[in-house]
Amino acid sequence: MKKLWKYMRDYRREGILAPLFKLLEASLELLVPLVMAQIIDTGIANGDRGFILSRCGILAALAAVGLVCSITAQYFAAKASVGFAAKLRSTLFKHIQSLSYSKLDTQGTGTLIARITGDINQVQSGMNLALRLLLRSPFVVFGAMIMAFTIDVKAALMFVVTIPLLSIVVFGIMLWSIPMYKKVQARLDKVLGITRENLSGVRVIRAFCKEDEERREFGERNAALTKLQLIVGRVSAAMNPATYIMINLGIAVLIYVGALRVDSGILTQGQVVALYNYMSQILVELVKLASLIITITKALACAGRVSAALDVESDMHGADTMPKEIDTDEEVRFENVEFGYATGGEPALSGISFSVKKGETMGIIGGTGSGKSSLVSLIPRFYDATGGHVYIKENDVKDYPLGALREMVGMVPQKAVLFKGTIRENLRWGNADATEEEMERALSDAQALEIVKAKPEGLDSPVAQNGKNLSGGQRQRLTIARALIKKPEILILDDSASALDYATDLALRRSLAALSYKPTVFIVSQRASSILHADKIAVLDEGKMVGLGTHDELMQTCPVYREIYYSQYEQEVKRDA
Amino acid sequence: MPKLKANNSTLKKVLGRIARYRLNAVLSILLSAVYVGLSLYVPILAGRAIDNVIAPGSVDYAQIMLELTKIAVVAAIAALAQWLMNIINNSMTYNVVKDMRTEAFDRLMKLPLSYIDAHPYGETVSRIIADVDQFADGLLLGFSQLFTGILTIIGTLIFMLSVNAPITLAVVILTPLSLFVARFIARRTHSMFARQGEDRAEQTAFVEEMIGNQKVVQAFAHEQANEERFDEINKCLSESSLQAIFYSSITNPATRFINSLVYAAVGLTGAFAAVAGSITVGGLSAFLSYANQYTKPFNEISGVITEFQNALVCAERIFALIEEPTEEPDASDACVLDHAEGIVRANAVAFSYVADRPLIKCLDLDVKSGERVAIVGPTGCGKTTLINLLMRFYDVNAGSISVDGTDIRNITRHSLRRNYGMVLQETWLKEGTIRDNIVMGKPDATEEEIIAAAKAAHSHGFITRLPKGYDTVIGEDGGSLSQGQKQLLCITRVMLCLPPMLILDEATSSIDTRTEQHIQHAFAQLMQGRTSFIVAHRLSTIKNADMILVMKDGDIIEKGKHDELVARGGFYAALYNSQFAR
Repeated sequence: MKKLWKYMRDYRREGILAPLFKLLEASLELLVPLVMAQIIDTGIANGDRGFILSRCGILAALAAVGLVCSITAQYFAAKASVGFAAKLRSTLFKHIQSLSYSKLDTQGTGTLIARITGDINQVQSGMNLALRLLLRSPFVVFGAMIMAFTIDVKAALMFVVTIPLLSIVVFGIMLWSIPMYKKVQARLDKVLGITRENLSGVRVIRAFCKEDEERREFGERNAALTKLQLIVGRVSAAMNPATYIMINLGIAVLIYVGALRVDSGILTQGQVVALYNYMSQILVELVKLASLIITITKALACAGRVSAALDVESDMHGADTMPKEIDTDEEVRFENVEFGYATGGEPALSGISFSVKKGETMGIIGGTGSGKSSLVSLIPRFYDATGGHVYIKENDVKDYPLGALREMVGMVPQKAVLFKGTIRENLRWGNADATEEEMERALSDAQALEIVKAKPEGLDSPVAQNGKNLSGGQRQRLTIARALIKKPEILILDDSASALDYATDLALRRSLAALSYKPTVFIVSQRASSILHADKIAVLDEGKMVGLGTHDELMQTCPVYREIYYSQYEQEVKRDA
Repeated sequence: MPKLKANNSTLKKVLGRIARYRLNAVLSILLSAVYVGLSLYVPILAGRAIDNVIAPGSVDYAQIMLELTKIAVVAAIAALAQWLMNIINNSMTYNVVKDMRTEAFDRLMKLPLSYIDAHPYGETVSRIIADVDQFADGLLLGFSQLFTGILTIIGTLIFMLSVNAPITLAVVILTPLSLFVARFIARRTHSMFARQGEDRAEQTAFVEEMIGNQKVVQAFAHEQANEERFDEINKCLSESSLQAIFYSSITNPATRFINSLVYAAVGLTGAFAAVAGSITVGGLSAFLSYANQYTKPFNEISGVITEFQNALVCAERIFALIEEPTEEPDASDACVLDHAEGIVRANAVAFSYVADRPLIKCLDLDVKSGERVAIVGPTGCGKTTLINLLMRFYDVNAGSISVDGTDIRNITRHSLRRNYGMVLQETWLKEGTIRDNIVMGKPDATEEEIIAAAKAAHSHGFITRLPKGYDTVIGEDGGSLSQGQKQLLCITRVMLCLPPMLILDEATSSIDTRTEQHIQHAFAQLMQGRTSFIVAHRLSTIKNADMILVMKDGDIIEKGKHDELVARGGFYAALYNSQFAR
């Protein structure tokens, strides 16, 4: 948490001035009862209208100076908290962008997004409030007590008794209710959960006619939430009445003690009124302080989460310079590679060794969870192998600068992601300086040219967030085009033709084979038809490589491959036989 | 002013829901009157006590004791009244809110699929959760501060008038100033907050897009460009935030300044009156504490009004959901389909999701009992739409669909749907145990039945290997289960109730071969003797079908058996041949 302070550094001046001006204003406020006491004791007692007028003038002047002070304080507080939050946001965004895949997996992207958008806003308002008010309230409470002491020590002892008692009630209720509010939140989350579940599963729920059951369950969760809210409300509702009784008892005793002191000539009537006013001020400030502390506790919790997100260290670092070039026609080589996800569980890959020559096509096939995607993601170092080595051109991938490494690799991920903008902007992700011809070439190779041609605005057609305005197949082809525009040395298609029909899939494979720059291609697929033609096929089963060779070789030697092949070509084979 | 009108009708609806708790509301108002009256009486008592403390020798202890005792008693009763009032207000608020949430959820259960498909889930969830929550806050504040505020203003006026009329006049004339200032600032800052909101929304969207897809961002080394864009948005946001926060925060000092001026004015007129002898020092002291209190409820009420307006906006959104037209209810003479033969006919069906973009133009279909129908075609050809129509998730625009000769619009939805077993490609499991998920269609199934169904669906093996077997709790959407396992569970669910007709949506990919074979076997088992519609991706499934429907752009362009269609050399033949070409 302390680390966050350094983002405050640029706003140190504002961070000090804001509370300072606020305290100045509070001190002025503390003078008011004294001035009023003078009006009573001197002005009214002597019937001196001029004196009264001058003292009321002082009151108005105090108010005016107070206004200036507090506006100044508000300005500095706003500037410091907004500046601090902006800096924190920017830092956190950069930090999250630098995190490796495995850190993202363990943290969860949803959580990280919430840190930037939700938590930092809370921190900002908490900081703003704290700068203005956190010192002010205790200052007024103790200031009022000290002012009381300057009037009369014995009468002021009442303050010494009342303040701690009030604090116990106020903070006791608060300490009890903060964890209770967390429980309320948890129950609210339950209500939220069932609502979301009912939206995503609406078809199944209606198909099974489960509406009534769901309604009943929602009712139960909703009732549980209401019940807890009522319990918490009952206790929190006691805070104001309890403090109210205490302060009035305090006032009663104070007046009585005041009466004794006036009787013995130590105090004047006006001073008793002043003491009474100080007591009232304390009540107001303590209640303010309690609600302030609740807000600040929330903000601190958010700050803690932000700080924890900043503490997540990226565990992936590239080399600073390119490794020495080695003369070889080996493009990619895996040497006894083992890999396990940071989230735990069995290793996703183990004992993987193979090599691919420049310009060759390698197919990777296997069931879900067999490790296909994990395998290809080790090539551009999205993850690091936990054992063994991955080489590109005979240099360990860890010896390349990360940027240069990823520059060499064109990746078409399983999930076809496009970004909000235009088709042109999306293609430029692959190559910022791509010309019109290059774009058209890549689109046509990716079988995506027809998509663009069909749109009146062509390359400048808008793409909605996540490419929602395009079909799954269109998105896949555009993501392929985006990778091709890089003219990568190594092209990886991670099950990225699954939404294409067979005819388009075939045309795509043909145009990839004809690419002028002859990339080394990795095709990950569930479909035997997509990889049949590859120079080399790796068959994965539960993280192990159970076969490596051409289609014909594997049909002879690899039972898992045969099983996959027959499950998809069963009829055909039977008929041929 | 149409906006105000909308607010008014929302307000009426809110009041209508509060009316259920009218006894509580009356009690709450009574208690707040007691509380306000007594708490206003306290400063007078204190003033009277002070009036008996004049100078050495002139202190009337008996009178003081009397007034002080009164203070203690009055304060105690006032506090009790306030506490009870708070409790009642809490209970009213949370019960009203509970009712509204229940209403909203009930409506959700009855909304047509067209509404649910067209609205992002997050938006609907945020209405039922966040909007209702904010509405609760506003309502509670309204209950607890509106009446007390108004009563305090009236009470204070009466008490002040009873003590001294001219000073009261000074207070009454000066106080509206602070309200005026507050309103002035609020109006000026409104547009600043709107701008801040826009900037914030833009930033959130950007962050969600880029962090949500960080793997792609990194694959294309796009981090630098993103940072620059982020900082641009961030700069705009911090500028608009600073403006909005600073200018709106002037409200508090400004109103307090005016309150202080009122205080000084009361001090001045009060002291002059005291010199003239028309008010005692105790009276003046009471007056001063009134002057302090008098402006407070005005500020509170103006706070309550903004808060309440927000709450009404939220309520409006909730009511919009609650009042969304429901699915057309079942016809009053709709019959209950008991156990269908499974004869399904479609006659000149036309359908579109969007009025001016026809999807299905004229679809005819004649399926005999027990037939297997494979539906194939490129993405977006209308396969899912056909399922939607068969299950009556949507109603046809023209033409008709019938089961066993009865138009499905004349069959109750529940009974129609009970006759279908549906396994969708997008598996959906609810939070709960494996068992809960399996028995969805047959809650009273015995253990034997469940296990038999699981065995038939090839899910028994993996279920027993889970840490707690059938009692393993799975999270929302299946949690740690693999896609294939989820699919098998969904099949088990249908296997348990064995309805006479089936709708199966084959997964396109991402299931491993062995599980895939299990699923194929399970499907085959299910389809025995049942009319089945299969959105098919596997050739084996397609070839085994009694009828293949080839769909394109919403209509059936070819219909027949595999061999016939291949021989015809049309769209299907092209689709089929492309898979086997090298």
